Amino acid sequence: MSRRAVVLLFVLGGFLLVLPKIANPYLLSVATLILYLAYTGQAWNVMMGFAGQLSLGHSLYVGVGAYASAALFFHYGIGPWAGLWLSVALCVALGAAIGFLAFRFGISGVYFALLTIAFAEFTRVGFDHLQWTGGSGGLFLKVAQRDQIDLANFRGPPEMYYYAILFLTVAAFAACNLLLKSKAGYYWQAIRENEEAAQALGINTFRWKMLAVVISAAMTAVSGVFFAFYYNNLFPEQIFHISRSIEIILAPVIGGVGTLFGPILGATVLTVLSDSITELLAHFGWEVPGIKQVFYGVVLLLVIMFLPNGIWPALSRKLGLAK
Amino acid sequence: MLTVDRISKSFRGLKAVSGASFEVAQGSITALIGPNGAGKTTCFNMIAGVFPPDSGEITFDGRKIQGIRPDQVCVAGIGRTFQIVKPFAGLSVLDNVMVGSFLKEKTARGARAVAMEVLKKLRLDAKAELLASSLTLPDRKRLEVARALATRPKLLLLDEVMAGLRPTECDLMVEVFRDLNRADGLTIMLIEHVMRAVMALAHKVVVLHHGVIIAGGAPAEVVRNQAVLDCYLGEETEV
Repeated sequence: MSRRAVVLLFVLGGFLLVLPKIANPYLLSVATLILYLAYTGQAWNVMMGFAGQLSLGHSLYVGVGAYASAALFFHYGIGPWAGLWLSVALCVALGAAIGFLAFRFGISGVYFALLTIAFAEFTRVGFDHLQWTGGSGGLFLKVAQRDQIDLANFRGPPEMYYYAILFLTVAAFAACNLLLKSKAGYYWQAIRENEEAAQALGINTFRWKMLAVVISAAMTAVSGVFFAFYYNNLFPEQIFHISRSIEIILAPVIGGVGTLFGPILGATVLTVLSDSITELLAHFGWEVPGIKQVFYGVVLLLVIMFLPNGIWPALSRKLGLAK
Repeated sequence: MLTVDRISKSFRGLKAVSGASFEVAQGSITALIGPNGAGKTTCFNMIAGVFPPDSGEITFDGRKIQGIRPDQVCVAGIGRTFQIVKPFAGLSVLDNVMVGSFLKEKTARGARAVAMEVLKKLRLDAKAELLASSLTLPDRKRLEVARALATRPKLLLLDEVMAGLRPTECDLMVEVFRDLNRADGLTIMLIEHVMRAVMALAHKVVVLHHGVIIAGGAPAEVVRNQAVLDCYLGEETEV
C-alpha cells in the first residue's frame, strides 16, 4: 500500500467513526446497509476472489446463520453471543459438506455454482416447512428498545448496530489483508489462476479450497446473525432467495473481485447511487417499483463492458494508490 | 535416485508407453528423447503423479511413488515444468515463484527471499514485479523453471523448456542448468528436442520410440546407435 492509500484509509476510518454524530437516522441506516453489504461481500470474496470458487448460494449461510441465533433467542432467550457459535458451527458444517461433495468429485466452475444454488434453494424450501422457526410465515424478534443499549442481547439503538457492523467490516478487511499476504493467500490465488500448476507445486488443492469455503461460510454466518438482530424479521422466501445471493456478490463484482477494497467500494457505489435515484424519482412524485433492480442491472452492464476487473483496480491506479 | 520399472500406459487401447524402464542416478542429468508421440510426456506425467501407470513401478528415494497425487510427488522432492507453460497469469513474477517457495518456507518474508534468489539464478530478477501475463514466451519458460526450483526439489523434471528459444537463449538456459547441477547437486531429467542442449547437458540419454525404450547410454554413443538413427531418419530400404 502506498503512503497516499494509508492517509486516505485513516481519513475514511475517522469519517466512519464520527458518522453517527453527524448523520440523520435515514443516512445512518443507509451507511449500515452499505457496511452490511461490504462485510458480506468480503466474506464471499474469500471464496471467489481469492480461491476462485464461485458461490451463487451465499444466501444459504446468511439465512442459516440468521435463523440459528434468532431461533435460540426467540425460543430460549439465549443471546446472540452464544447463538453466534451455533450459527458459525452450522454454516461451517454446511460449507464443508458442499465443499467436500464438490471438490472430492471434481465438480468445478459453473457446476459448482449450481451446487451452491441447489443447497440454498432446498434449505429455503426446508425452512418454509419448519414450524419451529415459523415456517413460511416468518420468525419475528421483539423489536428493540431503541433508546437503551442491551449489549448482552445485542438490542439497542441504530448507532449500536452501525458500530457493530463497522467493527465487523474493519475486522474482516484486516483479516483478509493478513490472509492474502500469508501462505494461504498465495496458495488460494495459485489455485484460482491455474489449479494444475498449483498442484504441481505441492499444493493440496482439496484442502486449501475447503479452507476457503469454511472461512467464507463462517464469516457469512456472522453476517446472518447481524441481519437477524438488526432487521428483527426473517422470511425463508427472502433471506434464502437467490436474489439475495446475487445482491451479496454484486458489491465485490462491481468494486473488484479479489481486491480488498472492492466489496466496500462496490457496496458504497451501488447503495448510494440506487438510493439517490429512488429518492430523486420520489421527489418528482414517481414511484417506480423495481427501479433498484433495473439500476443494478445497468451498473453491472457498464462495469462488465468498461471495467471488467471492477472499479477499484482502475480507481486505485488513477489515484496513485497501488504500490 | 529415480527408478522406473516396466511402466505401461494405454489411452483407449492406444499404447502410449509399454514396459519402459530406466534409471536416473543421483546428481546426473538424464535426457529423455524420441520423435513426436513417442510417449515422453506420458512418462513424465506418470512420474509426476498426473495419472498412475497401468502397470509397473516408480521408485524415488527408495519409496514407491506410482499412483500418488501430483502435490504429494512434489512434496516427495520432484519438481516439474509443463510443456505448455502454465503461469499464474494474474500474479506478479515474484508472487508466482513465491507460491513455489512456500512449500518449504512458512513466512512470506522467507518465501520472498528464496524466490528472489531463484529469480536471480534464472536472470528474471529485473522482471520480478511484472505481471506473469506480460512475459514473452522465453521468459515464461524461465518462470516455469523458477517456480519448480523454488520448491527446492531433489529431482527436477523439465518438459521441453528449450523449445522456441533462440540459440543464445538456449545456451543461457544450458548454463543455468549446468550450474544448478554442479553447484547445488540438483538431479535433472529433461525431455528435449533441441539436440544442441541435450548434447551439451546430458550425462545419459534415453531414447523412447512408440512407447518402447530403444536405446540408452552416453550421448555420443546414442547418436551413433543404428536403431536411433532409424527411428529419426527412417530405415534404409533396398530399392
